[in-house]
Amino acid sequence: MSRELTVVQAVTDALRTEMRGDDSIILLGEDVGLNGGVFRATDGLQKEFGEARVIDTPLAEAGIIGTAIGMSLYGLKAVPEIQFLDFIYPAFDQIVNELAKFRYRSGGQYAPNVTIRAPYGGGIKGGHYHSQSTEAYFAHTAGLKVVVPSNPYDTKGLLIASIRDPDPVMFLEPKRIYRAMKGEVPEEAYTVPIGKAAVAKEGDDVTVVAYGSMLHVALQAAMKAEEQGVSAEVLDLRTLVPLDEDTFLQSVKKTGRLVVVHEAQRTAGFGAELVALAAEKAIEHIEAPMLRVTGLDTPFPYALENQYLPDVPRVLDAIQRTVSY
Amino acid sequence: MSGKLLQVVREDGQVEKALEPRLSDAQLKELYKHMLQVRLVDERGMLLQRQGRLGFYISAEGQEAVHVGAGYALEPEDWYYPHYRDPGVGMMRGVTIQEMFHQLYGNRADATHGKQMPNHYSWKDRNVVSVSSPLSTQIPQAVGTAYAMKYRGQRHVAMASFGDGSTSEGDFHVGLNFAAVWKLPCIFLCNNNQWAISVPLSKQTASESIAIKALAYGMEGVRVDGNDVLAVYRASKEAVDRARRGEGPTLIEAVTYRMSSHSSSDDATRYTPKEELEAWKRKDPILRFERYLRNKGVWDQAWADQLREQTNAQVAQAIQLAESQPKPKLGSIVDDVFAERTPQLEEQLADLQRTHPEVE
Repeated sequence: MSRELTVVQAVTDALRTEMRGDDSIILLGEDVGLNGGVFRATDGLQKEFGEARVIDTPLAEAGIIGTAIGMSLYGLKAVPEIQFLDFIYPAFDQIVNELAKFRYRSGGQYAPNVTIRAPYGGGIKGGHYHSQSTEAYFAHTAGLKVVVPSNPYDTKGLLIASIRDPDPVMFLEPKRIYRAMKGEVPEEAYTVPIGKAAVAKEGDDVTVVAYGSMLHVALQAAMKAEEQGVSAEVLDLRTLVPLDEDTFLQSVKKTGRLVVVHEAQRTAGFGAELVALAAEKAIEHIEAPMLRVTGLDTPFPYALENQYLPDVPRVLDAIQRTVSY
Repeated sequence: MSGKLLQVVREDGQVEKALEPRLSDAQLKELYKHMLQVRLVDERGMLLQRQGRLGFYISAEGQEAVHVGAGYALEPEDWYYPHYRDPGVGMMRGVTIQEMFHQLYGNRADATHGKQMPNHYSWKDRNVVSVSSPLSTQIPQAVGTAYAMKYRGQRHVAMASFGDGSTSEGDFHVGLNFAAVWKLPCIFLCNNNQWAISVPLSKQTASESIAIKALAYGMEGVRVDGNDVLAVYRASKEAVDRARRGEGPTLIEAVTYRMSSHSSSDDATRYTPKEELEAWKRKDPILRFERYLRNKGVWDQAWADQLREQTNAQVAQAIQLAESQPKPKLGSIVDDVFAERTPQLEEQLADLQRTHPEVE
């Protein structure tokens, strides 16, 4: 059986489905209990599973992640929520120096299984501190997996896969599309594999790579390009670390052209990694400059949010520039 | 919660009878043994660093009574979250001197596969958690483990150990607050050695003590003579018993003194007042405990001599074997990043193997 759910409902559904079968799963965070989360991602879970499993913590991100690590070292599976990715920095030390390093520094003795959920990204009039897209910090940290879903089906499957994965996972939820679409989501538990990209649309002339909410901007731009006679292939990365190089390189080799789209600022963003990879491993197939359509190298603006975020005209412009080179 | 210092054995070895813990002669000798072994390993570790045979070393000289006394109040199932100046808890749980030296040398026999600097041990089978260099991070982690113990309905406790400098970190405040709100079986052991590298306690806090900070979090706070192993044991045992009864966490401030430099990379003579050091030398925890054992009639010189000789022999043997072990294999550099190597890690290793075929 399946039914139509939004992305945020798929998050709740994944948590509920997994928690019913595994009493070692603990949710913790600010407002996740009684209130069900400020985005309602944990709606009804405290009522079903009790206060010991769905914990309203004191307001301190370092404490949320630090205690999640300690729970997990003792055999629980902690799934902390950071209310907005913008608020994660007090816990940065716990994530980067502790969570990500435990397995390595202990020679495999201690391996915390923590899945950090955090709504991220712009498009909700959230201004500077409710819009950031800083996945590159985490992708740049050895020992963390970074997962970003783009639709309801993948959200449930990737979140369950993340909770079951033995390694720490940053599960970044594109809050702009939390309620922007509905999709079929099976009632039972299932996984979507970590480390596998998806071809969201097939095409021959140019590869457009995106993830999270930008996937939909990329798809719309690709449809427009189609009307103008350009066949764009759109990849949904789904996992940044570990990256599915095979799917990426296969597409780039086929089309010979690359456009990367992400909300995060350009300099040292994940797009730079993708362009470098294509240059290292597929240069002989590349026929045009590889382009990045990204946020600007500025703090996230409030009033000019729609201009900051990559949109269809900007992506289309990049597609046209690369195919007409 | 006063600033009063709990003391059981005075500097001259005389005991406060009403406070003396009920420990057998054999147990008392065990406490002495653990402290002495930590001291002897440290003496040799520092020396090896000076000879250029170890890259780095951190000594617990002068502070042995703090973690030995506290660790002795724990059961093997209780979890200990150490910092880098308290190896005795692992030792009293059966970690051998050999295992320690394999770690110090970062060789192939090291249980942590040479992944960390010396003194950053990890003893999972002894419930002693991996040491981190950043300060206070272990405090909220211990709280999480105490939560898990309570969630699973067990009567175990978690103990986090740290220095006075660590009490200025956010994670100290955060961890104590969470533990008190959740009323967890967690004990916070502050090894107040008066120094955070070169910064004295007076520049670390304006509180009249560290123990008094417990009041604000809503938990018990006690201040003990950290050079008095029986006082530390007594306070720790009370805290552990309270925790097992479900009465929540305790902050223990053990007042001691760092007799060595911060590490082998530091020179404490640049900033430590000589008179202060001399005064604390007279409070040495091992000598004081020896005086107590003599007064009590438990002291056995032949036993003590043999203990010293045996430990030194074990250390010498451990060094010899550790130095004869090869480095970890090149491939181990990409192991334990994740549960399994990613294709990217395999590729990076292959590059390394191509350019460094001489490394096994």
